[in-house]
Amino acid sequence: MIFTLNPSSGQPLYLQVMQQVRHAIETGVVQQGDVLPGVRTLSQQLVISPNTVVKAYSELEHEGLLELRHGSGAYVSGRRAKKSRSDRFRLAQERVRALVDKLQRDGLSEEEIHRLVEAELFYPASAGSKIVRQQ
Amino acid sequence: MMESRVIETHDLTKRYRGFEAVSNLNLRVGAGRITGFLGRNGAGKSSTIKMLMGISRASSGSGTLLGRNIDDAAQSCESRRHVAYVAEDKQTYGYLTVAEMIAFTRSFYADWNVDMERRLLKQFELPPQRKVRVLSKGMRTKLALLLALARRSRLLILDEPSEGLDPVSIEELLQALVAAAADGTTVFFSSHQIAEVERVADQVCIIDRGSLVADTSLDQIRQEYRRITFGFSTVPPRVDFPGESIGVARTDGRQVTVMAARNAEAIIERGHRLGAASVETTPVSLRELFLAIVKEDSHDALV
Repeated sequence: MIFTLNPSSGQPLYLQVMQQVRHAIETGVVQQGDVLPGVRTLSQQLVISPNTVVKAYSELEHEGLLELRHGSGAYVSGRRAKKSRSDRFRLAQERVRALVDKLQRDGLSEEEIHRLVEAELFYPASAGSKIVRQQ
Repeated sequence: MMESRVIETHDLTKRYRGFEAVSNLNLRVGAGRITGFLGRNGAGKSSTIKMLMGISRASSGSGTLLGRNIDDAAQSCESRRHVAYVAEDKQTYGYLTVAEMIAFTRSFYADWNVDMERRLLKQFELPPQRKVRVLSKGMRTKLALLLALARRSRLLILDEPSEGLDPVSIEELLQALVAAAADGTTVFFSSHQIAEVERVADQVCIIDRGSLVADTSLDQIRQEYRRITFGFSTVPPRVDFPGESIGVARTDGRQVTVMAARNAEAIIERGHRLGAASVETTPVSLRELFLAIVKEDSHDALV
């Protein structure tokens, strides 16, 4: 699969890798039984520290999305109900679209909406909460 | 979890005729990671590495390399058997060909990795029959890297490895570094190229005017470091966030901006309490962090 990492974004690279694998599984781009490149190969391909790949893979294994087999790579295990997940994603997309529509009708610019969403992701309004970590 | 350290220095100092190239440096480098040693030209990176490698003696202070004392000749020699070092000038014997240089180096190491040698020779497209003297700078770096990597060392130390290389060669260099790390080698490399450190390093140590001014993981920077800008509708109050911000808060008109190393939420909270009308939070890149630290006149370490 193809990864697009941004080293300067405010998100650790291992989370970016995790998110993209998760998304690929949810959308069916990567499916059960598929094999993702091993740690050495992927870290060379993305030119990032192997520790980043190890961390991403082992957390994904913990979530039940990957099965790591020593020496032969990372197998995608479809323990997550992909269908309902992608349905949920579509539903969320519709809700976001409705919200964005409403905010635009209220006169907020695209950039303002963008900033609001970003601020909310980095710092949820609930006081004292930690910086958002991906589920 | 206690991680073992491959490099540790205590108040390491190098003086040249009254000029302190390295001053009271306390550096710690963990095993099993890629650590970038970042600093401006002349910040003391090479002087530090030369003392670690036993090439020059410390004026005062001490240090260990793989747990062995760097200023004890016998101990330093022992530790260096497990350390591969790529020096800044990548000096090799100019009159030998690439193949001869490799054969010559191979003869010193019983544990030489022939597969790695062949793979890198091919990957780096090094011409075996060409004299080392006429190799381009990029080729010479690649040869030095091949010689260092095929030794199966526990620790790889590189002094400005990407200096003078073109972008494609830098990419190949970084790929070789991450591959070495994947094989279990700890990597410590100095650089003044922020982008390459930001990309491949797990940890970054920033040295400025001979002293360590930051030691943090790249994950920590991405996750915790934030630039927060408050907007006030009146003259902004004098704000100070000791212990949480990097350097002083900067004020411009009715705006105050502060860089947080941690506890961004607490700083935002305080801003609100001081009556800020708007708050904006953005992530901090390594470049911004580096500039904020080394341009700061005060020398408070963040470590």
